[in-house]
Amino acid sequence: MRMSINKLSFFYGSKQVLFDINLGIAVNKVTALIGPSGCGKSTLLRTLNRMHETVRHARLEGEIVLDGQDILAQDVTQLRRRVGMVFQRPNPFPKSIFDNVAYGLRINGTKLPIAEAVEKSLRHAALWDEVKDQLHKSAYDLSGGQQQRLCIARALAVEPEVLLLDEPCSALDPISTAKIEELLVSLKDLCTIAIVTHNMQQAARVSDFTAFLLTGQLIEFSPTPHLFTTPGDPRTEAYITGRFG
Amino acid sequence: MLTLTGICAVVAVAVLFFILGYLVYHGGTSISWNFFTKLPAPVGETGGGMANAIVGSAKLLLLAALIGVPVGFLGAIYLAEFSGTTLAFVVRYAADLLNGVPSIVIGIFAYSLAVLPFKHFSALAGGLALGLMMIPITLRSTEEFLRAVPRALREGAMALGASKARTIATVIVPAAYRGILTAVLLAFARVAGETAPLLFTAFGNRFWSPGWNQPIASLPVMIFTYAIAPYEDWHRQAWAAGLVLLGLILVINILARAILSRGIAVPRS
Repeated sequence: MRMSINKLSFFYGSKQVLFDINLGIAVNKVTALIGPSGCGKSTLLRTLNRMHETVRHARLEGEIVLDGQDILAQDVTQLRRRVGMVFQRPNPFPKSIFDNVAYGLRINGTKLPIAEAVEKSLRHAALWDEVKDQLHKSAYDLSGGQQQRLCIARALAVEPEVLLLDEPCSALDPISTAKIEELLVSLKDLCTIAIVTHNMQQAARVSDFTAFLLTGQLIEFSPTPHLFTTPGDPRTEAYITGRFG
Repeated sequence: MLTLTGICAVVAVAVLFFILGYLVYHGGTSISWNFFTKLPAPVGETGGGMANAIVGSAKLLLLAALIGVPVGFLGAIYLAEFSGTTLAFVVRYAADLLNGVPSIVIGIFAYSLAVLPFKHFSALAGGLALGLMMIPITLRSTEEFLRAVPRALREGAMALGASKARTIATVIVPAAYRGILTAVLLAFARVAGETAPLLFTAFGNRFWSPGWNQPIASLPVMIFTYAIAPYEDWHRQAWAAGLVLLGLILVINILARAILSRGIAVPRS
C-alpha cells in the first residue's frame, strides 16, 4: 500500500460529509473512486494531499498514512510535492507551456537541469510531440485536452509518488478523454494513481481497484473487474446498472 | 423616454468634447516650445513658460506613487488573500470613505503632518497629500483584480507544493498584473489634476525647486494662479497648461486601456 486511510471522518462546519472511511491505495495501481454527485468522492480525494485545508471550517478526523508516515504530521508543502493533483478543469497558469511545466521544479529549487526535466514530463504526458516547437507560447493557445495533459505534465515534473486526479475528463471531448485514459494506464509504472470519476465506464477501463461511495460512506471496495461483474452490495449493483445516480 | 434619455446621454459626452474644444481653441495657440522649456517670465513681462511646473508635477507624482502604490498594492494583497471577513469589511469600508474625503481635507491633513512641524512648504508635503489620495484608489481596484483570478489557479499552485506567499508572488499577481497596472495608472491620472491638496502643501514656485524640501510648482496650481491673475498673457498660459494637463491625463487613460486589452487573458471559471 502506498497510502492508507484509516477511520476517516470529514466535516464542513457541523455537517459531516465522510463517515469512517477505510481504504488502501495500492502501489503503482490505479484506484478509482466512484459514486453519485455529492457522495464525498472529491472530498475524500482532496484530503489525500490536504487540499481540504484551503477551505474554511473543514475538519478531519482519523488517519491518512503515506509510506508509513502520517500525512497530517508532515509539512504540507513537502506532502504536496509527493502527492500531486490534477483538477476537474484544466488550470494552466497564465505562462508559457515551458514555464507551466517548470513551475513546480522552480519553486522547489530543483538541482536538475530544468529543460531536460520539462521535456521528460511532457513526454510522459504524451504531449511533447505536439508542443515541442511552441514551448514558449502561452498555455492558453492549447486545446482543452492538451491543456489537461499539460497540467498532468506539470504535476509529473516534480516526480510525485502519488497522482490524484479529480474528474480530469469531465470538461473534455471523447477523443481527448480517450487520450488521457490511455495516458493514465501508461503512467502506472511511474507513480500510484487515484482518480475520481462519475463515469463508470471510465473507472472500468482505467482502474485496478474501485471504491464505491454513497452519501459519505464507503459501500464497497474491491478489484475493478470484481466490483463491476459481481458487486457484493445491492446498492453497488443498483448504481452500476444505472438504477440511480 | 427614448428622446429624454438620448438627450442626457449626448449631454454627458458633449461636456467632455466642449471642454476639450474650448481648451484646444484657447490653449492651442499659446503652446510653444518656450512653454515647455522656459521658466515663468517676471510679473509684467510677457512670454516665458512653465517648465518648472511640468517637472514639478512629475516630481510630485513620483513621490505620490512611492507612497500610494506600495501601500495600496500590499494592502490589497492582504485584503484579497489573507484577511478574515470582518476586518476586510472594515478596511474596505474605510478605504471607500477615504476615497470620498474631499481632497482639500486631505490637503489640510498633509499640511498639519508635513508642513507645520517643519515650518515650510515642500515637495514632500505635496507628494504626501497626493500619495494619500492614491492609496484607496489603488487598494480597491487592485483588490478587485486579485479577486478575479480564478480559484483554480491558486489550487493548481498550492497542489504543486507552493506556499501561500509563493502562490501569490508567482501566480496570482502575475495573472492580475495588467489589471493592477491599469489601476495604478488610473489612480495616477486621478491625482495628476488635483489642485486643492497642493495649495498649502507644495504651495507653488516661480523658479526651479532643487531637491525635495522646498516649495514646488505644479501644473494644476499654476493654472489656478494664472487664471485668477489680471494679466491677459497669463490667462493664455493657463489655457495652455490646462491643455497640457488634460492631454497628459488622456494619454495615461488610453495607455491604461491599451494595457488592459492586450496580452494573455486569464479565462474566468
